[in-house]
Amino acid sequence: MRLAGRPGAVFLALVAIALIVAPMGLKPHGVYLISMWAVMSIAAIGLNLTLGYAGQISLAQAAFVGIGAYCSAILTAKFGWPFGGAFALAAVLCFAIGWLLGYPALRVQHHYLAFVTLAFTTLVYLVLRNEEKWTGGTYGISGIPRPSLFGWSTKGGPAFYYLCLFVLAVVSWLTWRLVRSPWGRAFMALRENPLRASSLGVDTRRYTLMAFAIGSALGGVAGALYAPLVEYIDPTPFALGLSLNLLLMVIVGGSGYFFGPYLGAIVSVLLPEWLRVTDSLYLIIYAVAVMLLMVVCPSGLLGLAERLLKPARKEPVARAAAKAAP
Amino acid sequence: MTQVLEVRGLSKRFGGISAVEDVSFELNEGEILGIIGPNGSGKSTLFNCILGQLQPSAGSVHVDGRAVTGMRPCDLNRLGVSRTFQLLQVFPQLSVRENLILAGQEHQGTMWSRLVGRGDAGLTDAAERMIEFFRLGHLADEKAGGLSYGQQKLLDAAMAFMSGPRLVLLDEPAGGVNLTMLADLRERLLAINREQNATFVVIEHNMEFVMSLCTRILVLAEGRIIAAGTPEEVRGNRQVIEAYLGN
Amino acid sequence: MALLQILISGLATGAIYALVAVGFMLLWQTSQTINFAQGEFVMLPAFFVLGAMKFGGMPFWLAIVVGLLLSLIVLGVLFKVLLVDPMLRHGVLPLVISTIALALFFKEGVKTWYAAEAQPFPALWSNDNLEIGGAVISVQNLVIIVVAVTAVLALQWFLARTRTGRCMQATAQNPALARILGVRVERMILYTFLINAALVALASFLISPIYLAKFSNGETLGMAAFIAAIVGGFNQVRGAIAGGLLLGVVDNLAASYISTQYRGAIPLFLLIAVILFRPQGLLGRAEERSV
Repeated sequence: MRLAGRPGAVFLALVAIALIVAPMGLKPHGVYLISMWAVMSIAAIGLNLTLGYAGQISLAQAAFVGIGAYCSAILTAKFGWPFGGAFALAAVLCFAIGWLLGYPALRVQHHYLAFVTLAFTTLVYLVLRNEEKWTGGTYGISGIPRPSLFGWSTKGGPAFYYLCLFVLAVVSWLTWRLVRSPWGRAFMALRENPLRASSLGVDTRRYTLMAFAIGSALGGVAGALYAPLVEYIDPTPFALGLSLNLLLMVIVGGSGYFFGPYLGAIVSVLLPEWLRVTDSLYLIIYAVAVMLLMVVCPSGLLGLAERLLKPARKEPVARAAAKAAP
Repeated sequence: MTQVLEVRGLSKRFGGISAVEDVSFELNEGEILGIIGPNGSGKSTLFNCILGQLQPSAGSVHVDGRAVTGMRPCDLNRLGVSRTFQLLQVFPQLSVRENLILAGQEHQGTMWSRLVGRGDAGLTDAAERMIEFFRLGHLADEKAGGLSYGQQKLLDAAMAFMSGPRLVLLDEPAGGVNLTMLADLRERLLAINREQNATFVVIEHNMEFVMSLCTRILVLAEGRIIAAGTPEEVRGNRQVIEAYLGN
Repeated sequence: MALLQILISGLATGAIYALVAVGFMLLWQTSQTINFAQGEFVMLPAFFVLGAMKFGGMPFWLAIVVGLLLSLIVLGVLFKVLLVDPMLRHGVLPLVISTIALALFFKEGVKTWYAAEAQPFPALWSNDNLEIGGAVISVQNLVIIVVAVTAVLALQWFLARTRTGRCMQATAQNPALARILGVRVERMILYTFLINAALVALASFLISPIYLAKFSNGETLGMAAFIAAIVGGFNQVRGAIAGGLLLGVVDNLAASYISTQYRGAIPLFLLIAVILFRPQGLLGRAEERSV
């Protein structure tokens, strides 16, 4: 989505300021939640690249968050690595595994690809649960340290939040550049018409693998932050449920829109918390809210916004088409 | 005269049915070759075999003397071979300008420079010129999916020329295009042919369009070449008339 | 003789998977619905029955009838009209998200409004075991196999031999053409949803006496049905049957002879292998691909 000039820039600046001052007005649990929002946004941005821009349905993003989290947890908690090294290795490792996972995408597409990646997520979960020697099995890994960077300790909630926010900002800037580069254009060409793309010289093979690798690396980055954020990890959060949740964030926010994942992460991470006032009903209400949202705007929140902001220009065509189909 | 394309004994069988049977022809620089034939005579299959979209069962394809049989479409494109499809193939969610930049970007720089370099790969000016040339100026920022059928057809053709190809294969460029736009399209194609010495192969059903555009014509029926020659020669050929009327 | 026991119980599990997988596949074929709530669809009918007995004071047999009717209405008609129809035009993914939310809704709904603990469910027949040549075989397992296989075979007969069935198949293969030929496509799609609702209700009534009724029952079942449908062949009823039976047996064999830890991995490897090397499924025909 193009930023609508000056009003858009002003709005973004306001959001940035709000994010920076937010911890001052929040209780520790609130700071934890917005940190989690930042971490999940990063993972969803990765999935949005793979799915939203390049059109490759992946249900493997939870596995990469898991691999990133365990990589950073094992290296820092068990081997005493500095956070920076563990963080970088998590990203590189997920990039490599994501690249390999891209190969099935060269053979199969659409729902079959979704099934393969779904199986991959569950396999990774089984490995995390069963390889006790490395992962601690169902007991998990505790005492994951929050790092000190250049003499600045991130042990406190707000300090670690700023680290997450900083990483989110860097990731956002890099992704913004990527989607506006020829690579971003090639990704969208893959999504819309791979056959035509390849006849125009787009190496669909290479770009498909890259879309998977980069999206997965961002999953790893999110995981590397997740581990020190929660300070204790076990395999449960990285099961299929998280993959489905990340898919939900991308689709609900607006698949293929740059700002979709940020909104989707709000819906998925913060909305259930806000609904907690309804007590035991909060997940039920949440589920109904998601279904309603999908019925009302299947192209996600930003798709709805675009439709509302661009009045009626293409609407007649869409309506005529809807009428023509019985 | 330099030879640009050489097709030797090309065949394609699907199961037991042979769609293209032992087709051979050559093409010199600057020529415009028309391929005509009744529906199902194997024209599009022939294109797809030449362009690497389908693997031929037998035969060979050379471009500028280089064997390219079975080469991937994207590699072939980077050797200067471009095409359009029978059915519309633009990227509906991208703007007209973005469609054109995409069509040229893989011919600029390396994978790495396309990642870290300029977002438009330095192609904005070239895209603007192409937009002007095909008279799509007022539509540059529109999403391609919002254009009329004829306009999309022009964009489709414009994309094929964006990389300055040596050889362009056009699959029914006139299909579904109205008369005014058709004249426009012919004029544009002839201009590119003249100015850049580009070589064309055109599949077309519109006889008037083919006859007025092409320097030479091949007639295909049931996967075989049954006649070849100048438009005048083909027009008077008995076999050609039978192939069309016999159906 | 242990092997025979494992085989029988594997076939029983597999027969349930097959029931659920066939429904899953029918929905996909006629309306491109990948139903991530299919497991919860199996979990729910048992609670309709329990609810009818507890709150309505009905005898068991009447509760079963009510449970079946409620399934047809809620999981068949309402599911189609409220969720699938509005989203169909917008591609597969929004609908996938909705079925994920629907699964959550059913699970949390049962947990909140009925019970979080596993509930005993009356058996439709005796709990006895038979001894055949030293192997102990439960009557329930045998009944499950017989009932489920009969149901699926009857369905296949219906689809292949009756006029309505053939119209449904035509709808699945080419809705546009079917419409031109005068098939009432909308009605056929509705029938598919009703058949799916009936199949999951049957599965629910068959397994709940054994595994008890619990809100979280759907999680593993849905996944298993899903894998069975793909392994067998996504475009054929008999593929889904074979896939279900195979998966049930493999699962039980793996649990007995391979490490229990990685038992869950075997169906997944099967799934990946089939998709990559035989995407039309073990029994399916290759889908025609045009350039």
